Amino acid sequence: MTARFAATELNLSNYRTERRYRLMLFSMTAMLVLPVLIILAILILKGAPMISWEFLFEFPRRGMTEGGIYPALLGTIFIVVVDLIFAMPIGVAAAIYLSEYAPDNWLTRAINLAIINLAGVPSIVHALFGVGAFVIFFGFGTSILAAALTVAIMTLPLVIVATRESLQAVPQAFREACWSMGASRWQTIFTVVLPNAISGILTGLILEVSRTAGETAPIMFTGAAFFLPFLPESVFDQTMALSLHLFVVSTQVPEVPEALPYGVALVLIGIVLIMNAISIVFRSYLRGKKKW
Amino acid sequence: MVAAETRTKVLEVNDLSISYGPKTAMSGLSLDVYENEIFGIIGPANSGKTSFLRAINRMDAFDSQMNVNGSLRFMGTEVSAWRNDYALRRQIGVVFPLPVGLPMSIYDNVAFAAKLRGVKGKAALDEVVERCLTRAALWDEVKDRLDSLGSQLSGGQQQRLTIARALSQEPTLLMLDEFSIAVDPVTTMRIEDVLKELKKEMTILLVTNLVQQAERLADRTALFLNGSLIEIGYTDALFEGQTQDQRTKDYLEGRFG
Amino acid sequence: MSEKTLAPSQLDQRDASWYVDKLVQILMFVGGISAIIFIIGIFVFITKEGIAFLFEGFSFTEFFGSINWRPTSSNPTYGALALIVGTASVTGVAMLVAIPFSLGAAIYISEFATGRTKETLKVLVELLAAIPSVVWGFIGLSIMNEFIIEVFDVPIGLNVLNAGIILGLMAAPIMTTIAEDALKAVPDRFREAAEAMGATRWQIIRQVIMPAAKNGLVSAVLLGVGRGFGETMAVLMASGHAINIPTSPFDSVRALTATIAAELGETAQGSEHYGALFALGIFLFIITFIINLAADLVVRGIRKK
Repeated sequence: MTARFAATELNLSNYRTERRYRLMLFSMTAMLVLPVLIILAILILKGAPMISWEFLFEFPRRGMTEGGIYPALLGTIFIVVVDLIFAMPIGVAAAIYLSEYAPDNWLTRAINLAIINLAGVPSIVHALFGVGAFVIFFGFGTSILAAALTVAIMTLPLVIVATRESLQAVPQAFREACWSMGASRWQTIFTVVLPNAISGILTGLILEVSRTAGETAPIMFTGAAFFLPFLPESVFDQTMALSLHLFVVSTQVPEVPEALPYGVALVLIGIVLIMNAISIVFRSYLRGKKKW
Repeated sequence: MVAAETRTKVLEVNDLSISYGPKTAMSGLSLDVYENEIFGIIGPANSGKTSFLRAINRMDAFDSQMNVNGSLRFMGTEVSAWRNDYALRRQIGVVFPLPVGLPMSIYDNVAFAAKLRGVKGKAALDEVVERCLTRAALWDEVKDRLDSLGSQLSGGQQQRLTIARALSQEPTLLMLDEFSIAVDPVTTMRIEDVLKELKKEMTILLVTNLVQQAERLADRTALFLNGSLIEIGYTDALFEGQTQDQRTKDYLEGRFG
Repeated sequence: MSEKTLAPSQLDQRDASWYVDKLVQILMFVGGISAIIFIIGIFVFITKEGIAFLFEGFSFTEFFGSINWRPTSSNPTYGALALIVGTASVTGVAMLVAIPFSLGAAIYISEFATGRTKETLKVLVELLAAIPSVVWGFIGLSIMNEFIIEVFDVPIGLNVLNAGIILGLMAAPIMTTIAEDALKAVPDRFREAAEAMGATRWQIIRQVIMPAAKNGLVSAVLLGVGRGFGETMAVLMASGHAINIPTSPFDSVRALTATIAAELGETAQGSEHYGALFALGIFLFIITFIINLAADLVVRGIRKK
């Protein structure tokens, strides 16, 4: 240990070791993020030729080996919208409770543990729950409603965590100033806390859209169908969905042209990554115009 | 002293103790505050001054760690017995050590309390905003930019904004907690002049770390030390050396704290 | 002055905003406990559907001891051993990939990278985490499959290795994020104190920062394991989905999650097979619950210190 301060040769060798480790860690990081870029490149290369107006806005034909993805695209939008109607209010309310009301007690710890577990329970178990609860018990059948509820519960932690973080970033002094003027808790939350946490809530919403669009397992037995020759008419109808469509055309349908699933994958990942990119840009934009 | 007791009591405190979890912040506090006086509280850091203010406007309702015991009457009613604790707080204006301009426009900062009280209509709100900003000696500086953010004013301006905000509540009791800590001396003097005027309309509880400030403003002054009341008396008398407790004398003469 | 003489009883009225406030508090509380309700709901409903099987068709020794998962045979058997081993082997390979790379990336991002590089890397990790599981499955099925067949000269590219690598890439971003948070949480004074003693960056990382962030790193690994364990679509598509006790990384296997996903559509509600799939779900729920609980307890350990 004494040598650490002594010889310059040792310092030099330390320096070399350090550079070696740094390089090693950098290449490990690169190898982790490189696949995203490679995968994106391959998907674009092979999938881009498929993308056309017809592909996006026509029904599949000939056992899904030809034609477009319109009903799947629309179905994904339906599921996302119904999902948001449930996930956003519940998620934001839960975040407000945890950030603004919850005392430090066993119940709050239990809620936090439940949130971690909602996020950690396998998606297929959520699917089983959706089947048992919404499809069978509540009698929604396999429907957009049942599928959206199942995904909403599964992705709830996303909304809660994003919202809670942004609520907690609002300085406590603002709340105390507001309370001391005689504002109720809710008036304080509504006039001071929420307006300043809106960026986090919107980030949560965008991520929720992205996650919901990509989920497959929780919707495949609760409301998404392999193929439907018509569009759903209400939330109690089944629908096709983009994510399940990718699974179907890449594994279940014989003699699909090679480019077709690449096209579906590209559209799906396009939606997801654009949503995430928006949330990232949005976040850094809002970070730049903080009000305090 | 006999004359004093015939005045209306705004605050009656009896054997009050305050704790945060296992930590005691104040114990055995008994004092009265009368209408239209400036009551000064002096004492070093952590002597329980701020905790006392927080207990008066029932901040313990928002802080599960904070525990208040004993009797604390405001306008003759136990603060914990108020059926609507928000209405209680609307009667009590607070100015914090560090100015807190809410992240909304200057106008909204001042109009907020009036809106909570149910004041409606732009004309009525305009009137409240102008009156309160004028009283807080800020109107001339901000009248042309009432739409800009309250949190982006300078420290001294923000502190006057918070005073204007507290005044907009039309409080019975105005509590100031070391308001001059982040304010330049000139602004401090201007605010002190405002307080002397306000005394005619309301009761003022002035917590200060500056002994001279208490001397300049307070009718009566109390010394808090390590969570208990050491001495309470007429400010003039205390500063003339008529103290009961040696520690008061030492503190007033700047030997500790 | 007239206001000053008002008695509190006249001021102290519960107005509309007081009632609104109480109502909102109740609503927010309901939102808050919804997570608990949902978790309990999940357990109740999957147990409700699976309980009949657990009492009738289920045999503990068969379930954990037999590799014969033959739900559709005339004399059905429900041995989940191969499925458990399948899941375990894929998760194992995934962790071999994910642990070194995600910890390495976390250390690099937290301790070496600065400014724009750091931001870019974090964004890329975030995007990596965003790729949907079915897209990963498709990548395994198409790109990785061909790649493994070419490189290792094996007949089938859908196997433990393929699913493991895919799963590793899927778990890595979450593990990187959590590990980076843990490293970031080590106070800078630790770094400064060690620097003042003349230690190099690497020595500081090895001897000061890693030990201080140990719990967070362990919890990152645990959550990664949980993620790998529960992944469904990607494993279904990339593992080959063949009931098999693997002897090499090039063997196809079948995972617990994938079995449910593949078979649930073909079973009649209330049948023995249907119940058996819910029983697998109960098993998965309990295992992931334990893993998440353990990760949470480990993290709580740091806060206590």
